[in-house]
Amino acid sequence: MAKITFITIENEEITVEGDSGNVMELAVANNVAGIDGDCGGVCSCATCHVHVDPAHVAKTGEASEIEQDMLELDDNANEYSRLCCQIQVSEQLDGVILRVAGDE
Amino acid sequence: MKKSALPDPFEQARLEKGVGHMDDQNDPVTMVLGLKDVRKCAHKWQTFQSGAKPGRIVVPSEVAIRETRQIPFEVDPPEHKGFRDLLDPWFKRPLEPEYQDKLATIIHAVVEEALNADEVEVVEEFSLRLQSRALTLLLNIPYEEAQTWISWGTHVFRSEGESLDGDKAAILYDYIDAQIDKAAENPGDDLYSVLLNSEVNGKKLSKEEVKGVMILTFAGGRDTVINAVTNSVAYFAEHPESLQRIHDEPEIVNTAVEELIRYFAPLTHMGRVATEDTAVCEHAVKADTRISLCWASANRDEKTFPNPNEVVLDRKVNPHVSFGFGTHNCLGATHARQIMHTLVKTLAEKVKSIEIVDHQDNVEVLGEFNRKVGFHALNVKFTAK
Repeated sequence: MAKITFITIENEEITVEGDSGNVMELAVANNVAGIDGDCGGVCSCATCHVHVDPAHVAKTGEASEIEQDMLELDDNANEYSRLCCQIQVSEQLDGVILRVAGDE
Repeated sequence: MKKSALPDPFEQARLEKGVGHMDDQNDPVTMVLGLKDVRKCAHKWQTFQSGAKPGRIVVPSEVAIRETRQIPFEVDPPEHKGFRDLLDPWFKRPLEPEYQDKLATIIHAVVEEALNADEVEVVEEFSLRLQSRALTLLLNIPYEEAQTWISWGTHVFRSEGESLDGDKAAILYDYIDAQIDKAAENPGDDLYSVLLNSEVNGKKLSKEEVKGVMILTFAGGRDTVINAVTNSVAYFAEHPESLQRIHDEPEIVNTAVEELIRYFAPLTHMGRVATEDTAVCEHAVKADTRISLCWASANRDEKTFPNPNEVVLDRKVNPHVSFGFGTHNCLGATHARQIMHTLVKTLAEKVKSIEIVDHQDNVEVLGEFNRKVGFHALNVKFTAK
């Protein structure tokens, strides 16, 4: 089981546990505000945008080229941006902190 | 070629030039074809505006047949945000379990009707019924109202052989005017009443603004949903193994729906008006001329999608733009997705086979391109499990 902490726009901290699927699904299942996952996780809608805590980037790895292309045009994107539908839940993620990026 | 195939007519132009050209009632359109270029242009709302003369960003242009501004899609930021903030929660109601149960009941009934008939003309007798009945949920009005919209037939905005028809469009506009007046006199918990009693950007919505939202709700979700549903039925008729696979692996329903929506791209493109002299793919675009964001072409961009012309039901990374991109992405996408999820699951559960008896393609002529977007008619026989 990996513990994953989301920090919402309202600064609410939500820590959840998971061992399969992707991080977007976990966030939606736990009603994390600001993570909609409209497309169900196929990297098409960008409604699951998070900023990975800089200290935890090694856990999530980097965005793929297709993911970067999506993020490139998001006004709220920075070097720590990820679409969390593209992050698989695994032991490696344990302890990661993700900030919900929200609207521009 | 299979009857359900939607070929990509844009490939060569996309690879060689990145743009295409079409004349639309003497107001030409530069069509943007590549995925990245489409996204960039959709993102640059200051340069490529939506808040132009009402009807002008639609291709074919509707400037000759309407003056009402459709809201929010013909409004630019910053005003746009106020309208979306009001409408988004309402248009996300399809995520609620109660809504989903009602939608499933509607879709089960349409599928049962089809299974019980000898033969079904899918566009009129299946897709239009399904779309109209489902729309009563989105508007939160009685189910019986769907019968009125079904009686209009599939082509409210056009006649045979003409791209647009002002007299026919007036049927919808007059109907909406009457419904707004009715809701003003007797407010309820329907979308008309909610809008009439709402404020956006610090002031109450006018009747004209409510009409603008309602026209968009009717028009934006009609042909598009009808095409998506009809094309899905045709696809499953010719790919029975796909339906069986979804039945056996229900976990792929989501990727399957997104892939069908990518492949069909039920809305071919949407226009914008340039606010300054600019360029797309090194092709000059002059101020006050139009571009279009060609979702159908972008969805087949070989630079992003491996095997772009194949339906890959478990395509995991699928950054399609069938619901648009950026500020103006589709307001009705949640409703449309929920319809498609429920439909695909229901077909996989109840249908053994679908046989195409007869069909008539619906081909759009877009300057140098001919694009099949769906069917004018599709006669099939459904067989139950």
